[in-house]
Amino acid sequence: MTAPPLPLTVREVVGETAEASTIVLDDERGGLAEPVPGQFNMLYPFAVGEAAISLSAFDAGRLTHTVRAVGPVSEALRRLEPGAQVGVRGPFGRGWPMRRARGRDVVLVAGGIGLAPLRPAIHAVLAEREAFGRVLILYGARSPADRLFIAELESWDARDDVDLAVTVDYADGGWRGRVGFVTALLPHIRFDPDHTIAMMCGPEAMMRAVASKLTARGVPASDVHLSMERNMKCAVGTCGHCQFGPLFVCKDGPVFTYAEIEQLLAVREI
Amino acid sequence: MDVGAAYRVPATELNVLVAALDDAGYAVWGPTIRNEAVVVDRLDDAANLPHGRRTVQAGGRYRLDATGDARVFACVHGADSWKRLLHPPKVRLWRCTRDADGALDFAGDEPAEPRPMAFFGVRGCDLAAIRRLDDVFDRAAAPDPVYEARRNGLFVVAVECAEPGGTCFCASMGTGPQVERGFDWRLTELDDADGHRFLVGAGSALGAELLAPLALAPATAADETARRRQGEGAVMGRALDTAGLGEALVARRESGYFEQVAERCLGCTNCTMVCPTCFCTTVEDTSDLAGTTAEQHRLWDSCFTLGFSYVNGGTVREGGPARYRQWLLHKLATWWDQFDACGCVGCGRCITWCPVGIDITAEAAALRAEPVP
Ligand SMILES: Cc1cc2nc3c(=O)[nH]c(=O)nc-3n(C[C@H](O)[C@H](O)[C@H](O)COP(=O)(O)OP(=O)(O)OC[C@H]3O[C@@H](n4cnc5c(N)ncnc54)[C@H](O)[C@@H]3O)c2cc1C
Ligand code: SF4
Ligand code: SF4
Ligand code: FES
Repeated sequence: MTAPPLPLTVREVVGETAEASTIVLDDERGGLAEPVPGQFNMLYPFAVGEAAISLSAFDAGRLTHTVRAVGPVSEALRRLEPGAQVGVRGPFGRGWPMRRARGRDVVLVAGGIGLAPLRPAIHAVLAEREAFGRVLILYGARSPADRLFIAELESWDARDDVDLAVTVDYADGGWRGRVGFVTALLPHIRFDPDHTIAMMCGPEAMMRAVASKLTARGVPASDVHLSMERNMKCAVGTCGHCQFGPLFVCKDGPVFTYAEIEQLLAVREI
Repeated sequence: MDVGAAYRVPATELNVLVAALDDAGYAVWGPTIRNEAVVVDRLDDAANLPHGRRTVQAGGRYRLDATGDARVFACVHGADSWKRLLHPPKVRLWRCTRDADGALDFAGDEPAEPRPMAFFGVRGCDLAAIRRLDDVFDRAAAPDPVYEARRNGLFVVAVECAEPGGTCFCASMGTGPQVERGFDWRLTELDDADGHRFLVGAGSALGAELLAPLALAPATAADETARRRQGEGAVMGRALDTAGLGEALVARRESGYFEQVAERCLGCTNCTMVCPTCFCTTVEDTSDLAGTTAEQHRLWDSCFTLGFSYVNGGTVREGGPARYRQWLLHKLATWWDQFDACGCVGCGRCITWCPVGIDITAEAAALRAEPVP
């Protein structure tokens, strides 16, 4: 369906980093279907264009998106002010396997803006913390100043039922944390490979490395989940842009198991 | 439904059928000749069909010759296809206005032609192509509003090919030259010792209903035999061995063969533009100078362009080999995974209209003959 977007009002804009902002949209009337963690919307800042942006949080009537400005649409989204309207289509796609994750250890691995689509999964796990085993969050950012959701990271870090590890590619003066790629954190974490669900979002090279390390440690490829990014124009399987081999990332994904896409990930330029 | 009993229409009376569709309220479209090529256009009279011509087609070549007879369907399609009418090359998806308070208001597209369309003279390949588009635009579950507005109520008059073109291979793809389903009427043109005439049979209840008042003479047993013989005698310009083809191509998706094709391919996008099943689109957002009205248009796009697979930071299919692979494998392999059918219906357009004559049947066969890397 390519029905026209629904206009929604910006309720709040929070600057996260020099490049990224979180935008809360008001859908109190429930014009859009209730999303699930891992789904995305197509956001249309007036007269600029549409971009696929994941839900980074949602609760009754509030749809939250976190956008990194990289081009015309994302830049226009970041510049939105409370009270402005944007066009919204969605929610689209297959989200994270929240049901399958119950009763298991949950390993969440994010790189850069990839923390945004994982955040609703983290919220869902923490909302019913006792329904899950160990909770491990690994997050890699370019620099300390590029970390998203800093207050929330601190609150997760303060919990003793969450293992959070943050690493940065480049440290600055005040940083006392880890430096290096997120893959380097993997050997240090403990989980039960037979009873684990892994969810990750970040650059493709990072996800390939993390997925292969997790499966090497015994996590079945069907329990490792990756959120893919491709060019998207329609989000409903009719524009062809998001094709990834036989898959349409917009409607078959964006979340796939490593078992589904391991072979495709190994093919260059597919 | 099974094709109903066929009727005979004398060659000079063909317009009776066109007029009946017009009377029934359809906007009738059919093949005609413009600038020495067959295109699809509004058909006011059967006299505007391409009489007495045949198409000479080969890799990168297209020409119309005289047949020396009066047949109207001896010449097959040109670059144009019915896709243009169902899935327009450029269409407005919606218009958005912004008021003084910044509130947005979106309104969807309305087709310019309110009447349902009738397609007069759809060949087997193009009939199958419409079914492929029906799958893509998800008529069954969640129809695309733009496609559905044009597709809904469509009346299809299929025509069987007596003289397939030099690049045709519908027989390999199981889509023609004779057709048994998916139409409201089926036409067969015969020109033999019994004279120049048409057979018309209904393939739907509506088709039968519209034929009944025309009081046509029933076809004879000799007509039916002539129809069958004509189908059996149709000579295909090309052939493609489809047995196990999708798997064989996927197994070779990293073959160095794609480098060889890419050396010839100009990346011009012609093959995707003329293909009756290629559905890919991009969107274009525009606004007026006052900043109060904006529109989004949907335009045909092609996987041969660099921007097609652009994601922030770079293009996924940067090289020509990867882009040719996307096209070939989508048409012949991954379409099966997506829609449980082949993305190629064997019309041959991509061969004819390729400026350097790259031939999908030859490339697929050559790739298949390569070792698995
Ligand atoms: C499922 C999914 C979820 C996503 N979730 C998020 C999210 O939560 N947050 C987020 O920030 N991003 C997210 N993204 C990414 C986001 O959709 C893209 O970054 C989007 O393209 C931004 O649009 P843009 O117009 O701002 O920039 P772009 O279109 O990427 O433009 C970036 C730059 O590239 C240039 N450019 C654009 N198109 C082309 C082309 N065809 N060829 C060459 N150069 C070109 C532009 O001019 C510009 O300078 C997601 C993507 C997907 C698929
Ligand atoms: S791929 Fe070529 S032969 Fe096949 S349907 Fe498309 S244009 Fe016709
Ligand atoms: S071959 Fe290319 S343009 Fe045609 S449908 Fe497939 S991806 Fe789209
Ligand atoms: S985004 Fe259009 S097909 Fe997936």
